Amino acid sequence: MILESIGSSSAIGIDALWSNAAALVVVIPLIGGAVAALLGRGRIAWAWAVLCVLASFILSLFMLNLVLGGETIGYEMGNWEVPLGIAYQIDSLNALIITLVSAMALLALLFGLPTVEHEIDPKKQSMFFGTFLVCVAGLLGMAATADAFNVFVFLEISSISTYVLVAMGAKQNRQALTASYNYLILGTIGATFFVIGVGLLYMVTGTLNMSDISSILAGMGDDRVVRAAFAFIVIGLGLKTAMFPLHTWLPNAYAFSPSIVGMFLASTATKVALYLLIRFLFSVFQTGSSFETAMFDFVLAPMAVTAMIVCSVQASFQPDVRRLLAYSSVAQVGYMLLGVSLGTAAGLSAGLLHLFNHALMKGALFMAIGLAGLGLGVVRISEMRGMGKTMPFTAAGLTVAGLSLMGVPLTAGFISKYYLVIAALERGWWWAVVAIVVSSVLAIFYVGKMIEAMYLHEPAKHADGSVMKVKTPVLSLIALYILVLANVWFFFDPSLPFGLAETAASALIGGEGS
Amino acid sequence: MNWTPELGLGLLLIIPAIGCAGIVLAGKAPNFRDIINLVMGTALLVNVIALVKAVGAGSRPSLVLADIGGGLSLQFTLEPLGALFAALASSLFLLNTLYGIGYMRGTNAKDQTRFFAFFAVAIAASMGVAASGNMLTLFVFYEILTLSTFPLVTHNGDAKAKRGGRIYLTILMATSIGLLLPAVIATQVFAGSTEFVAGGLFAGTLGAGIIGTLLVLYTFGIAKAALIPVHMWLPNAMVAPTPVSAFLHAVAVVKAGVFTMVKIVVYLFGMDVVRDSAVAHWLAILAAITIVIGSLIAMTKDNLKARLAWSTIGQLSYITLGAMIATPLALLGAALQIVMHAFGKITLFMCAGSIYSSNHTTEVSKMNGMGKAMPMVFIAFFIGALSIIGLPPFAGVWPKFLLFMGMTDKADQWLVMALILSSLLNIVYLLPISVNAFMKKAESQENNIADARPPVLTVLPPVLTAAATLVLFFMAVPIMDYLRPVFEGGS
Repeated sequence: MILESIGSSSAIGIDALWSNAAALVVVIPLIGGAVAALLGRGRIAWAWAVLCVLASFILSLFMLNLVLGGETIGYEMGNWEVPLGIAYQIDSLNALIITLVSAMALLALLFGLPTVEHEIDPKKQSMFFGTFLVCVAGLLGMAATADAFNVFVFLEISSISTYVLVAMGAKQNRQALTASYNYLILGTIGATFFVIGVGLLYMVTGTLNMSDISSILAGMGDDRVVRAAFAFIVIGLGLKTAMFPLHTWLPNAYAFSPSIVGMFLASTATKVALYLLIRFLFSVFQTGSSFETAMFDFVLAPMAVTAMIVCSVQASFQPDVRRLLAYSSVAQVGYMLLGVSLGTAAGLSAGLLHLFNHALMKGALFMAIGLAGLGLGVVRISEMRGMGKTMPFTAAGLTVAGLSLMGVPLTAGFISKYYLVIAALERGWWWAVVAIVVSSVLAIFYVGKMIEAMYLHEPAKHADGSVMKVKTPVLSLIALYILVLANVWFFFDPSLPFGLAETAASALIGGEGS
Repeated sequence: MNWTPELGLGLLLIIPAIGCAGIVLAGKAPNFRDIINLVMGTALLVNVIALVKAVGAGSRPSLVLADIGGGLSLQFTLEPLGALFAALASSLFLLNTLYGIGYMRGTNAKDQTRFFAFFAVAIAASMGVAASGNMLTLFVFYEILTLSTFPLVTHNGDAKAKRGGRIYLTILMATSIGLLLPAVIATQVFAGSTEFVAGGLFAGTLGAGIIGTLLVLYTFGIAKAALIPVHMWLPNAMVAPTPVSAFLHAVAVVKAGVFTMVKIVVYLFGMDVVRDSAVAHWLAILAAITIVIGSLIAMTKDNLKARLAWSTIGQLSYITLGAMIATPLALLGAALQIVMHAFGKITLFMCAGSIYSSNHTTEVSKMNGMGKAMPMVFIAFFIGALSIIGLPPFAGVWPKFLLFMGMTDKADQWLVMALILSSLLNIVYLLPISVNAFMKKAESQENNIADARPPVLTVLPPVLTAAATLVLFFMAVPIMDYLRPVFEGGS
């Protein structure tokens, strides 16, 4: 049926394309992935991947526009009615996520061609882009679907393709293989936990459609099986979100994967898992139930705060740049989880806003580091020395994104931290505010180390004493600067992500009467 | 298009922006570049003078730069204190530019285009600090000022410069992001805005504990005011070329710090709130300690610029002290000290630079007998020193006088002792330099270093600023009248 709708779109015209947007946004990269693997040469596969992702991006913008107009897009696969069939549903919460994922995929591809050509065997490049597309499709599917089991399917699609993508870093560093294996083990445990939870929910409610589950649970009262399902799902998704202390797979997976993969995963993978966590916590399960509130106050919030501080300290001591950024990511996930654990609309929207902003800053940082790796072979911070002279544009972009990570005004990072502080104070969580401050100060330290190396240390020199100038691929720089400018733009006008986040948060929590 | 005060506020940023672009574009033609630089400085000064007149006539021009939503905005509003700071910074900037051109050419410094381009950014940031209508805006420009002066501090590019620059950047950024930014956000949360309003935002709404905590966060977060123990960036920044030191110590950077200090006391906390705070009392004592320690350490330094840097640390704390005493008279004294110290200190720094650019002497002990070769420089130095010490008829006497007056309002009069002691120490470490230059004989005649003559462009500006300290002595009353509207609400 899906294929039919694609086939007919050319016959009936553009309307069919738009009306099936919710499905096509996932299907195009999924099928495109298979096609890309068949294309013999890396560059052709790359061009094809760009086309597929561009199509997804345009469709997601179209849906975003509808959602901004106040609509919720419902879509039934093959016209099978809910609760029998699989439904997709796009509202203000996941419209933001879908747009983010497709935009990041597009930017990653624009940025990544030179790094892929450098880091991956020519023979494997078309397979690589194919796997990348499948991974994109998996993440988009997780975000778009309204069916709990379908979430699991896409979760596995994205995870398995991610294991492959991470392992592709083996040409640069054999440690990619152990990193990928490690991730595979933990990721599979996470997925298993998740599917056990979904199974338990199915046992109790007899349905897999999320809103259906939610309405049945609402009429049930407290139930031990539901609690067990809750625990399994939170742990399972927590693993994928890299919730402290379930984050151990993340630093190596980010650090040893090919640059483009590290950049793409850092800005999307944990974000989609976090989105699902929010969806399950607030929309499937009953907000305000005693065990959920207890979980927020006594598990999620303390873990979030611990991550913010412990992982920031760990980041400060990493000599490897990408591991530094990866630990910082776990800390930043802590900020988002803190927002979620506040359990208020203000907290949730602040967390969502930080999710969006963090994707922008980490995407830019990983891109810049990827370019540094390409131009100068940078792995460790000490090797970044003098980048302000040798790669001035990359260094400047990295600095702005780093300032955003610190949360300096004039960058998007300030806005989300500001709203997070306000939300924490609203609930009287002083210790959370202290944690935000401490973590931000640590961020000054570890970002400062990079800036120091780039601007305060002597650059690598040629034998004759002249400073080495490195040429940076223009397309990659453009992608980097789109993200860097976005980091500044969303300081001055955060209305788009914040409006969506607020609408989503009040839709999810509004009923609670808070 | 006619000039309006609102347009003038915009021009505070636009003129340096155009100037900066012009400097970069004309980088290949040094003469043309330096002319652009001077034209920019003049245009800025003219614009500021017009603004000062408008504010003096009672206008409070306001300009929204960006409305971010959620109660946050970037906004300019000019009031008398800000106008005074803008006037100070833009007039000294013009002189400093003149001096900088002479100095950089005289010492054949490298990368002069980059140097003056960052200067343009820094003066724009200073103007932004002066005109900020709320604390968030002030914070943004405060940070831009730090970042844009960093390449200036490390301009020499050697290991020493980089070490100094690293400390400069680390202390200023860590305190501002770790302490000042949380304070700004807390202000926004508690008061619902960070706007500067007469009488302050907090009056009667917050408990003494929160007020005290905020005061501590602000006082140490504003590390540009160099209160011990966040002062170490200042002596380390003297690795910079002399025009930068002058800019740091007199024109913009430390002045932006103490200006912010006065501004938060008058417009965020409210003078009455600070006066009643026990924490402010302890901060006043810390400021008094800083005044004495700064002077004591200055005495031990043989390197002239290091001596002047420690002297600045002491002199800045006069302003912090006045702000924490928080009587209208003390604050008026603090505001005057911003101006008067600037003219005195820039004279001393420019003289130090003239001596260096003519014969590369940096140590006080080697300056004996140099007065014959460069009499104008040492006379200017002498006058600048007298003003810093606070002797009439030079400008520096007024702020000390007002601080004395302001303190008698309050129980902690014994802090006056710190001021008296400091003035005595100032005499000990500043006056002998000029006296020995004229009276003593040079110890080593082998290189005839004492006979080298400094370039004209590095002598004229300090002579002008030294003359200005004399003029300002007589202008103090009009300046006090100008500032009166600021303090009327509090007394």
